[in-house]
Amino acid sequence: MSSSVLFDAPGPKSRRRSRTLSIVTLVVVAAVVVWVVLTLAAPRVSSGITLPGSFDPTRWDIFADPRVWRGIGLGVLATLQAAALAAVLALAIGIGFSTLRTSVHAWVRVPTTVVLEFFRGMPVLLLMLFILLASSFGSFWAVVLALGLYNGAIIGEILRAGLASLPLGQREAGLSLGLTRLQAKTFIEFPQAFRQMLPVIVAQLVVLLKDTSLGFIVGYNELIRTTMNQMASFYGNRYLLSLFLVTLVIYLAINLSLSAFARRLARRRGGAVRPGFLAKLGNRA
Amino acid sequence: MNAVIDNLPSYLQGFGLTLSLFAIAGAGALVLGTLVAAMRISPVPGLSGAAAVYTEALRNTPLTLVLFFCAIILPYLGATLPYFAAASIGLTLYTSPFVAEALRSGVNGVPIGQAEAARSLGMGFGQSLTLVIFPQAFRTVIPPLVNVLVALAKNTSVAGGFFVAELFTVGKKLANANGDNIIPILLGVAFFYLVITIPLGVLSARLEKRWVVRR
Repeated sequence: MSSSVLFDAPGPKSRRRSRTLSIVTLVVVAAVVVWVVLTLAAPRVSSGITLPGSFDPTRWDIFADPRVWRGIGLGVLATLQAAALAAVLALAIGIGFSTLRTSVHAWVRVPTTVVLEFFRGMPVLLLMLFILLASSFGSFWAVVLALGLYNGAIIGEILRAGLASLPLGQREAGLSLGLTRLQAKTFIEFPQAFRQMLPVIVAQLVVLLKDTSLGFIVGYNELIRTTMNQMASFYGNRYLLSLFLVTLVIYLAINLSLSAFARRLARRRGGAVRPGFLAKLGNRA
Repeated sequence: MNAVIDNLPSYLQGFGLTLSLFAIAGAGALVLGTLVAAMRISPVPGLSGAAAVYTEALRNTPLTLVLFFCAIILPYLGATLPYFAAASIGLTLYTSPFVAEALRSGVNGVPIGQAEAARSLGMGFGQSLTLVIFPQAFRTVIPPLVNVLVALAKNTSVAGGFFVAELFTVGKKLANANGDNIIPILLGVAFFYLVITIPLGVLSARLEKRWVVRR
């Protein structure tokens, strides 16, 4: 619903008020930004030593060194590697979960539901710690397996919702052609459910990519650990803020382009799914 | 099993800290998120633009980075914040855009005909919003909002990586101290998280079933 239905076309008075409010907001935002920048740029005295301001060239000079960028590149690569592997795993696990979860046999369906709720209900970080401590796979596989299991459970539920939203006739038509229940599911229901839910699944994969940053805590050298831990301790804490800003920009660039892709998919396939329903699935932080 | 029972006091201590993080950040995110959502649907371009930038920027930043900023960069820049406060602020900031998006999509989920009908009956902006749109949006909004809170409950564990001794940290410590009982110890931690997340998930599913609007 576009909000423009809700009020009359603005007259001169409300247009003026709206413009004033806009300008006030922009001025307030600009003032905050200027204040932050000035505070950061001012030199700071800390335990007797005067540190140059945050935008002083001496606090950014490491970025002239190609080795720093190589390190950052390796960090990005490690993040993408873990995310890609975990995404493939999550899709496979999700398909498996949703098949079992929609089985006609209660002895398959009920245990699957319990396992699914278990994986869905606990923090990914705990799952990572679990795999790290209880197995000898090392931190890379702890990150990948935990993300695969957790997101697999979620993608399983997304696909189940997709299966449930198909018209019953699809399945019945398959069965009446002599396909078995599993065949009807694999060849008729899944392809449609998958297409229907693609935007939501891509949105979930963005969440997965963001969650690889938890490797920072369990000791996998992904982007954040590379920049904020290794580089900050190697080059010194004076580069902490510059490294943070660079890391932030890299993450925003990757995630915003993926999100834009998800949105384009959603628009292309728009109208197939109830909006409230999409919102519910798309809102997993 | 014994290892879990013996360490019940530390579990409960960690659980208490997790619950207070959850409560503080949850309340903060609801307030901040509502504010952002109101700005986002307002007809004033400055307000909605600022809200959109805020939402997109925070939604696409990993929680680890947000907490890193609050717990490590801010103190380094001279702000004196206890780690618990830093974690609460970080979780609030990170969760608020998800709250805002849930609210906004609830309002957008109400068919346009409802608004047109209200307007054609002669209701003003305030009347059609409070009497027609919000009561319907409320029903579609509560289940996704509960899901955002479930995600927040799980996300409090990330604060454990930033010097807050909540449930995850307790689990890590206990696992290190009881190397022979790692699996029961960690299952104990999982149990306490599930105590929060599963009832909330059931609540959300039940509300959704009861309030589903057939269109």
